Amino acid sequence: METFVPPVPSRINYLNAQYGLKSWLLTKDHKRIALLYLGSISFFFLVGGLYAMFIRLELLTPQADLLQSTTYNKVFTQHGIIMVFFFLIPSIPATLGNFLVPMMIGAKDLAFPRINLLSWYIYLLGGIVTIYALLAGGVDTGWTFYTPFSTTFSNSYVVATGLGIFINGFSSILTGLNFIVTIHTMRAPGMTWFRLPLFIWAHYATSLIMILGTPVIAITVLLLAFERLAHIGIFDPAAGGDPVLFQHLFWFYSHPAVYIMVLPGMGVISELIANFSRKNIFGYSFVAFSSLAIAVFGFLVWGHHLFVAGQSLYAGMIFSFLSFAVSIPSAIKVFNWTATLYKGSISYDTPMLYALGFIGLFTIGGMTGLFLAALATDVHLSDTYFVVAHFHYIMVGGTLLAYLGGLHYWWPKITGRMYPEGWGRFSALIVFVGFNLTFLPQFLLGYMGMPRRYHVYPAEFQVLHVLSTAGASILGVGLLIPLFYLIWSMRYGKIAESNPWHLPGLEWRTQSPPPTENFEYTPIVTWEAYEFAPPEETRVVGKFREEAVEKF
Amino acid sequence: MQTSWVPFVPPSASTLSGKLDALYFYLSGVTIFFTLLISGVLIFFVIKYRRRTPWEIPRPVAGSHKLETLWSVIPFIIAMSMFVWGAQLFFEQSRPPNNAVEVYVVGKQWMWKIQHSTGQREINELHVPAGRKIKLIMTTEDVIHDFFIPAFRIKADVIPGRYTTQWFEATKPGSYYLFCAEYCGMNHSGMIGSVVVMEPTEFDDWLGGNASQQSPAVAGQQLYETLGCVSCHGAAGEGGRGPALAGLFGRQVFLSNGQTVKADEAYIRESVVNPQAKLVAGFGPIMPTFQGQVSEEQLMQILAFIKSLQIQTPGAPGPGPAATPGAVASPTTNTRSRGR
Repeated sequence: METFVPPVPSRINYLNAQYGLKSWLLTKDHKRIALLYLGSISFFFLVGGLYAMFIRLELLTPQADLLQSTTYNKVFTQHGIIMVFFFLIPSIPATLGNFLVPMMIGAKDLAFPRINLLSWYIYLLGGIVTIYALLAGGVDTGWTFYTPFSTTFSNSYVVATGLGIFINGFSSILTGLNFIVTIHTMRAPGMTWFRLPLFIWAHYATSLIMILGTPVIAITVLLLAFERLAHIGIFDPAAGGDPVLFQHLFWFYSHPAVYIMVLPGMGVISELIANFSRKNIFGYSFVAFSSLAIAVFGFLVWGHHLFVAGQSLYAGMIFSFLSFAVSIPSAIKVFNWTATLYKGSISYDTPMLYALGFIGLFTIGGMTGLFLAALATDVHLSDTYFVVAHFHYIMVGGTLLAYLGGLHYWWPKITGRMYPEGWGRFSALIVFVGFNLTFLPQFLLGYMGMPRRYHVYPAEFQVLHVLSTAGASILGVGLLIPLFYLIWSMRYGKIAESNPWHLPGLEWRTQSPPPTENFEYTPIVTWEAYEFAPPEETRVVGKFREEAVEKF
Repeated sequence: MQTSWVPFVPPSASTLSGKLDALYFYLSGVTIFFTLLISGVLIFFVIKYRRRTPWEIPRPVAGSHKLETLWSVIPFIIAMSMFVWGAQLFFEQSRPPNNAVEVYVVGKQWMWKIQHSTGQREINELHVPAGRKIKLIMTTEDVIHDFFIPAFRIKADVIPGRYTTQWFEATKPGSYYLFCAEYCGMNHSGMIGSVVVMEPTEFDDWLGGNASQQSPAVAGQQLYETLGCVSCHGAAGEGGRGPALAGLFGRQVFLSNGQTVKADEAYIRESVVNPQAKLVAGFGPIMPTFQGQVSEEQLMQILAFIKSLQIQTPGAPGPGPAATPGAVASPTTNTRSRGR
């Protein structure tokens, strides 16, 4: 392969353009900010993972051996808060999105580089406040903060944790704003809306949810704090409030937030499926618009979290109908990805393995969501392990796999080094096996009646819990391996070419790692998304960069 | 505890459980079918169209509106079948039958307090006869709990400040798990009880053996007198300065703001705890609030008493001689134990 590609000239890139701590902490380069995010979300992922480990170890036996009730309640609460607000929500948008949105549309940076840096500092501040709350004594309300437990009964650090989430929300809003403006105004000449990679469409849809939904969680957390500190009667029935109102407000954000977590993942998968089968995406416009449909309809389904919370029958029926409706755009994506593979040229590189794993797991995660959208079955299944298994299939099987796939795929561009392919494939396999062993048994546990957030449970549930813990251990190993080899590869990995996968996307038409200004010349886009060279030009695929330079 | 002969399915012990299992198996069947279909096609493509030479470039394909329509419409039809089935079963299950026996449930960190309409009290245990319809009227003294009986496939949140209901008809004698399914604080996972289903004759014996306690309606009548409700609403709920209570339950009430409201459990509770919220037409705002003076259990007893007040021919003994319809609630109330 290398014969077709000239060796990469060693030259200035965004990593070696400047040195020193200050050059990182005061950078306005979206690529450096993406790396700052990468470091900080990895830290939070490790913290959240540590909590997960304690949960699974405690659940090995039906008694409380390792953790007592108070500790266990804090551990599952903090696992949820850290993973949702500080890992999953920023994961793909703030790292891969930050790095790639400008590169994929042919821009030098995001529209507001300073705001981009500000969003990272806000994220960091939110994180520090939350970590303070955890160290000071922790919080035991569940990540859902249901009232009146959180407002009146819990004596843990609810307000401090809420403050952390409140602050962190602004970083989400700023990132969303930045993406929307950038995508609207900074596309390179010729980069029309329908030439945009689907990764961009997915981030556009995600950004809409971020700026429309996040203010609602901020308001909700603020009301919660007011009620807790000043005892005004918003949620407390004793003071004339309504505890279920909180659930409406909370899920009005938190259900769309699920789409904040999974839509960017879908964007990554569209890239991986198209590029590793060298095919244009089947039904490009259907995949693009299904992202927007999900973003819009995602705001109308929050009530399916309240089927057993005394909601009216007719409200329940409407929410159930809309929840089924929102499943259709996701189904369309799955079918289109599968159809894209037809008559493709499919490689088995690590990112593709993650993408294939994603499609399988996301199918299971999506289909099991139908059990919870259907009213009657939801009554039996809500607040059981079935729900736990379902959303882990979406968030871990979906988002996390897409994130890892994307990270491997763009690693050569980000670091200028290749990751070790053998280790990559091996760990992708381990993650897939470990994940399924962890969460498949939990579907069964759920239907059998095992409630969530129990650490003492009837003995007949133990066998499935042991299987789940065994799976979690395998999953943990599968996730640690990339941590080591990716760090290792930054120094010792094979030097990456500009375009190691031989792809047409704009981000591959500049050197690896890119220069600070991304492109030597403003690119002029004359091709459609995923337009691979026709067969007669096969042999020049590897020369895209040179070809592009000539054209400009 | 009973177990089921079907692996990974809880015991089936109510008239609902079989129907719900059928829906669950349908959903599982569709899920397994599509998962196998997608992964089968995926694996087939991935093997068949593997990259054979490093430089091959396949021909691009155009999308197909026919296919897109096909795989939007078919999943939509399947989804609608699930929606209709699930909604129909839910509707059937959400409306308690009129002839159901009422049982009062009060949740509290971290126990269930239960009182039968005949007066028997239980904690973390619910004894019920097989073959009779039982309606649970539930509330909580503190945080939100959830009354979950997996063997019956039912669950409902128990919410402070309001009444929620659910009903079942048990079919098979035995002992089944009762879980609190809404996270409620420190000892949430200790909030486990059992539901004991007995043969009806056995159940009647059990009731007889525990007959020493007052029925909620009688206890409610005592509260009605000691709290002074009697002075305005009349000894038999016939009304006076306050609206009549006899025959009130289940009727439409005309309010002073021109609206009408159905006198259900929630309305009566609210009228005790916060009487000014819905004033009956023709009456002034003179009733004091009983918020904080009466416990949830006492509220339920008062509710039971008001329900028992029927319009009768004058002179009849026991609760409830005549009164003009048009009534409203009586004072009584509610202690809400506040946390810190």
